Amino acid sequence: MTVEPTRRDFLFIATGAVAAVGTAAVVWPLISQMSPDASTLALASTEVDIGAIPVGQIVTIKWRGKPVFIRHRSPKEIDDAAKVDVATLPDPQTDAARVQKPEWLIVVGVCTHLGCIPLGHAGEYDGWFCPCHGSVYDTSGRIRKGPAPRNLAVPQYSFLTAAKVKIG
Amino acid sequence: MHGLSTFEPKNGLVKWLEARLPILSFMHGSFVAYPTPKNLNYWWTFGAILSFMLIAQIVTGIVLAMHYTPEATLAFSSVEKIMRDVNWGWMLRYAHSNGASMFFLAVYIHMFRGLYYGSYKAPREVLWILGVIIFLLMMATGFMGYVLPWGQMSFWGATVITNLFSAIPFVGDDVTTWLWGGYSVDNPTLNRFFALHYLLPFMIVAVVGLHVWALHVVGQNNPDGVEIKDVAKDTVPFTPHATMKDGFGIICFLLLYCWFVFYVPNYLGDADNYIPANPMKTPPHIVPEWYFLPYYAILRSIPDKLAGVIAMFSAIAVLAFLPWLDTSKVRSGKYRPIFKIFFWVFVGVGVGLGYLGAMPPEGGYVLAARILGVAYFAFFLVVLPLLGLFEQTRPVPASIADAVLAKGGAAHGAPAPQTLG
Repeated sequence: MTVEPTRRDFLFIATGAVAAVGTAAVVWPLISQMSPDASTLALASTEVDIGAIPVGQIVTIKWRGKPVFIRHRSPKEIDDAAKVDVATLPDPQTDAARVQKPEWLIVVGVCTHLGCIPLGHAGEYDGWFCPCHGSVYDTSGRIRKGPAPRNLAVPQYSFLTAAKVKIG
Repeated sequence: MHGLSTFEPKNGLVKWLEARLPILSFMHGSFVAYPTPKNLNYWWTFGAILSFMLIAQIVTGIVLAMHYTPEATLAFSSVEKIMRDVNWGWMLRYAHSNGASMFFLAVYIHMFRGLYYGSYKAPREVLWILGVIIFLLMMATGFMGYVLPWGQMSFWGATVITNLFSAIPFVGDDVTTWLWGGYSVDNPTLNRFFALHYLLPFMIVAVVGLHVWALHVVGQNNPDGVEIKDVAKDTVPFTPHATMKDGFGIICFLLLYCWFVFYVPNYLGDADNYIPANPMKTPPHIVPEWYFLPYYAILRSIPDKLAGVIAMFSAIAVLAFLPWLDTSKVRSGKYRPIFKIFFWVFVGVGVGLGYLGAMPPEGGYVLAARILGVAYFAFFLVVLPLLGLFEQTRPVPASIADAVLAKGGAAHGAPAPQTLG
């Protein structure tokens, strides 16, 4: 025998449903306020003028609180990076997959081992050398020797003009 | 009162916990089975409303503190950053600032309820005094909180009130310098006010705990002022009856709160506080937030600096003596026809003092504030002691059950309270 739902049942369920929605509406802003605010999001992207960077130079800019290396690669550096046998790399990746224009290498300047900032134009491959624990990166920012597990990260970027790049 | 635990755990885990820390049976005895007088009206929901507001202020306050910078050159702009950049920051800020006003509105209603129904009388003296302590802590917290945005009113309100301490004979100036951490209200003052503003609400939580404990030991008062005689006839279990009634009261209160937050969020505030603090320029009218206005009026009504300070603090301190000032044997104002008149006059005096506190201390306002200030103290020190000796009170019902039946009509009988589901 089925029992008909009463008005009281309806009221209880309806009140409970509204209370649940109301609670969610109250809780959501309390959680959301901890997410990055508008001023932090405004710094999520950085535009950089690269027109004045001569061939061979590495420039370091700050993006999202971290250093980013912008390297205007010479033809020799591009060539060295391209002709490496990818299978021998600890973190296999072709140079082509890491650049949009071959003369511009843009990587996050944080060693993938424990987070130090590697030194440019250093190390056996003339890429970068991390002084903390001896990781060696090539002219494509790929890890070659040392304890770092991954290649230097490539951030999202786009060329607004030939002389201006937007990172992030 | 909550020795009537009907808590009988069947679950093994619950029994295990109960043997080690009987917190579940304690909560059950205090908020589920707790015998609640049948005749309570909606003025009795304000305790729950206040508890809700205390939690609301703490939660919004902690969240705001994640974004606020308590440093004189950065504070004002950090508040603007909250208003403009932080996700939902505008809502959290308005919830906290209007929440303070709502907290005080609720506490004044709660106190007036206690005054009218004689909730301060024996055996509830300690309960009442704990309430006065909570009120003082609330005022300190609210005062320091208002300084934090570091607007013109924040700065100058802080200057005026901290300068009161210089009225203390001999040590006044040294005490004030010590309070300031300097020679005027400045960054050290702001920093310590932030630390204390964060601390005091947790002291309020502790004293509220004592307040509810004191309440549960003696039992709640009720509109007829008659103590519980027979638990079965006079009371109903707290859950669901008082739980639901308090819940409904909270919802109605929240409607008013939300109207302020979403429609007129700056109505209760002062426009001058949107001007960054300038130590070189005093605003033409320094006015505290509305909930301090009656005491501000009393302070200014006496021309002598020290006497004014003493009068203002006495206006709050006199509340603590209320259980002994009122000599009436009858507890509830419901059965005291002359007291009722004086009570409403006192409410008018309070509102009038509040109005005068916002006015410039000139002309007719000065005399009016003095008259109402005298009336305020006369209520406690003259009217209440004398009334108890001479008032012809109405007959008090024999029990709560009798009072409820008399109201509903004797034909209804006394059905036991039912709970379904």
